[in-house]
Amino acid sequence: MTRVRVEVDGVTYEDDVEPRLLLVHYLRDRLGKVGTPIGCDTTNCGACTVLLDGVSVKSCSVLAVQADGRQVTTVEGLGIDGTLHPLQRAFHEEHALQCGFCTPGMIMAALDLLRENAAPSDEEIREGLEGNLCRCTGYQNIVRAVRRAAREMRTPAQEREVTS
Amino acid sequence: MIPAAFDYARPTTVEEACAALADAGEDAKVLAGGQSLMPLLRLRLAYPDALIDLDRVEALREIRDEGDALFIGAMATHHQVMRDPLVREHAPLIAKATATVADPAVRHRGTFGGALAHADPAGDLPAVALALDAEFAAVSAERGERRMPAAEFFVDWMTSALEPDEILVGVRVPKLGAGWGVHYEKFHRTAQAWAIVGVACAVRRGQDGVEEARVALTNMGPTPVRATEVERSLQGRAASEDAFKEAAQRAAEGTSPPGDLHGSSEYRAHLARVLTARALTAAAAG
Repeated sequence: MTRVRVEVDGVTYEDDVEPRLLLVHYLRDRLGKVGTPIGCDTTNCGACTVLLDGVSVKSCSVLAVQADGRQVTTVEGLGIDGTLHPLQRAFHEEHALQCGFCTPGMIMAALDLLRENAAPSDEEIREGLEGNLCRCTGYQNIVRAVRRAAREMRTPAQEREVTS
Repeated sequence: MIPAAFDYARPTTVEEACAALADAGEDAKVLAGGQSLMPLLRLRLAYPDALIDLDRVEALREIRDEGDALFIGAMATHHQVMRDPLVREHAPLIAKATATVADPAVRHRGTFGGALAHADPAGDLPAVALALDAEFAAVSAERGERRMPAAEFFVDWMTSALEPDEILVGVRVPKLGAGWGVHYEKFHRTAQAWAIVGVACAVRRGQDGVEEARVALTNMGPTPVRATEVERSLQGRAASEDAFKEAAQRAAEGTSPPGDLHGSSEYRAHLARVLTARALTAAAAG
């Protein structure tokens, strides 16, 4: 067992973990953060994407011990006091999900993309999300939602109300 | 699946890492970014007794200028490499090819050295290192550092020349000077899939045409291979699309491409010819 201290969505946890415990299993089984789903066993699908020290990683390909001393942000840490994050709101409003299984990963990958590129083209959004698979093939609306969220995140809310 | 149990060491220096690896014995594996090894552990295709995790060996993330070459630390991530100003200026082929590796989340964790030590002939970076005449630096606790050329590093299918107690610490990449154009051409069916065939090439043009051409192939055998016949036949030729197409006809000579679900070996040989012509043309235009 190895002692780890990890900050997840703003709360610090200390736990003894086996070295082989995957970060995604730690989040779901130990912390109850089931907002992060497990989609595949091959690092392909991106459903389990979270931010580790602010950058996107597939949490099925990171060990819990590797998150020791670091910050993890899951989809559960995005909304503040019941208010949806602009990306969550845009996914809702643009119907960017059908079954919703890929949605947490899509949103976290999109958040990482917008951190580096606040105004991506559709092509850049597609490239930024290339590590995330949607089994309902709802990519058109996902791209639309990311574009909408990017616009909202660039424009302060007040200004939007005036211009809309 | 859940990986089989293993002992875990998290060194912070190369010396500690080498000592931990030596202590752990022959059934230990070095964990770099984990983007190839972690899936193998989860599928239980690999079940080492011990993992030596290089994640906290910060010294191995450095990319430095050595005058006529760059030294890229083994733990430099793909994300870091493709944006690094030194790499973009002096080894643009690495920056371009790295941008085609997997996807952003994988590139945040995956490392230059890990991708090379994995020695997957379908990986993009082995062929790139081979085309650039890169030199590999390995360190062990007992014997210190040794260096070997790329052609000696890739021994067989997913097998490198690293000894069980050795860690790849970095790769020395000679700078390409003025006059070089580069390109990495990759053919795959879906986003983030492995290359069915890939072509890494660098072309130096002079007043009288092609002065030097380097062409290395991804997934055309158990190791990355240089298309030496293409390189030879281009020397001194005019840098025209016709000349590139003609030379590219020899791209599959001396190769032994695999046949699998994604294509027969004949199809791969065909792809190698077509993609080499495209890669040469793009490189000479760049």
